[in-house]
Amino acid sequence: MVSDEKINVWNELYKIPDPEIPMLTIGELGVLRKVENHDGTWYVYITPTYSGCPAMHMFEEEIKRVMETHRWIPFEIKTIYHPAWTTDWLSEEAKEKLRKAGIAPPEGSASKKALLGEPDEVTCPKCGKKDTKKISEFGSTACKALYFCNNCKDPFEYFKCL
Amino acid sequence: MDLKEALFKYCLRLGDNNLILSHRLSEWCSNGPTLEEDVALTNIALDKLGQARFFLQYAAEIEGKGRTEDDLAYLRYEHEFFNTKLVELPRGDFAFTIVRELINDLFDLFFYEKLLHSKDEKLAGIAAKALKEVKYHVRHASSWIIRLGDGTEESHRRSQNAINELWPYTGELFMMDDVDKTLIDAGIGVDLASIKPLWDSKMKEILTEATLQMPEAGWMQNPSKFNGVHTEHLGYILAEMQYLPRAYPGAKW
Repeated sequence: MVSDEKINVWNELYKIPDPEIPMLTIGELGVLRKVENHDGTWYVYITPTYSGCPAMHMFEEEIKRVMETHRWIPFEIKTIYHPAWTTDWLSEEAKEKLRKAGIAPPEGSASKKALLGEPDEVTCPKCGKKDTKKISEFGSTACKALYFCNNCKDPFEYFKCL
Repeated sequence: MDLKEALFKYCLRLGDNNLILSHRLSEWCSNGPTLEEDVALTNIALDKLGQARFFLQYAAEIEGKGRTEDDLAYLRYEHEFFNTKLVELPRGDFAFTIVRELINDLFDLFFYEKLLHSKDEKLAGIAAKALKEVKYHVRHASSWIIRLGDGTEESHRRSQNAINELWPYTGELFMMDDVDKTLIDAGIGVDLASIKPLWDSKMKEILTEATLQMPEAGWMQNPSKFNGVHTEHLGYILAEMQYLPRAYPGAKW
């Protein structure tokens, strides 16, 4: 019984959108880690993306709302730091959604980014050309950098490897 | 020293340092030299605020007296803050801000790399999280210092002045007391003497590339992180930061 219900809880929470990148859900982002039930209490585990990400507070509020709406109570939301969140957890499907929304998805693996290393080779999400340049390491949110496409002459955002 | 007390103080130091530096960086919001830089400094401030929250939440949990992260941030006085003097100095010009970032971020980089191996799982987890962000911060500060140092005569002069002015505050970063010793013995804390040579050598490498002089070792400021004795600047930060929660106790927004 509990395990069927656990799948329902997971599926409902999975669908909660990110307020800053609404084309992605907390499930696709990998923020939602696991759901457990111990002695009738629900435990929802989440991992923060960036330490100061303002969206984390909204995720918690939304999780509370969904849990209360479905009467999955009592419940507790627990934040786990380890392992630290990485863009490697973004699914291929999630990356495609980002690209369609005009945001270049993270390229390569987060672990390979060396300190002070060579600038990333980023593909323009609109024209698919690699002829792009970084304008700023920091964009409109902590997770994005600002790039410019030399081919289509448009600025675009890049979801940084972390 | 009791392990619990040492851990509590350790978390306060780390939390306070990030909290106060975050405040100083956030002062650039809407004052940045370019829009992109404004956004960058504000983003870095936000990362540091997040890291401060992790440490203050943990400190509150260890203390176990019902205080929250907010109580620790908003309801302590100057002498109860254990950040370094380095982070509370007024933000100065852009060169001053960047030099302070470089000093602090490079320290954080090597510190978190060691803290990753802490026997305290929570500290190790926070270190893993913070380290990913600090790498971007170091990249930001070092690329700027190279541009400023190796830039115009004016930017070179201002950067060198900032380095000379801030240097006596760098000693505090590596000083240790009973809190550190207790935690190092327990396999929880970081031996700061082990990261000093790493910091020195990377700093030298970056400054050399920026055509700037690394000062000789010399007189250093006393540590605020041990005894809570601060420069006059901390009081002004706290007055601004704590005004609302003190004027409206229990306010929620």
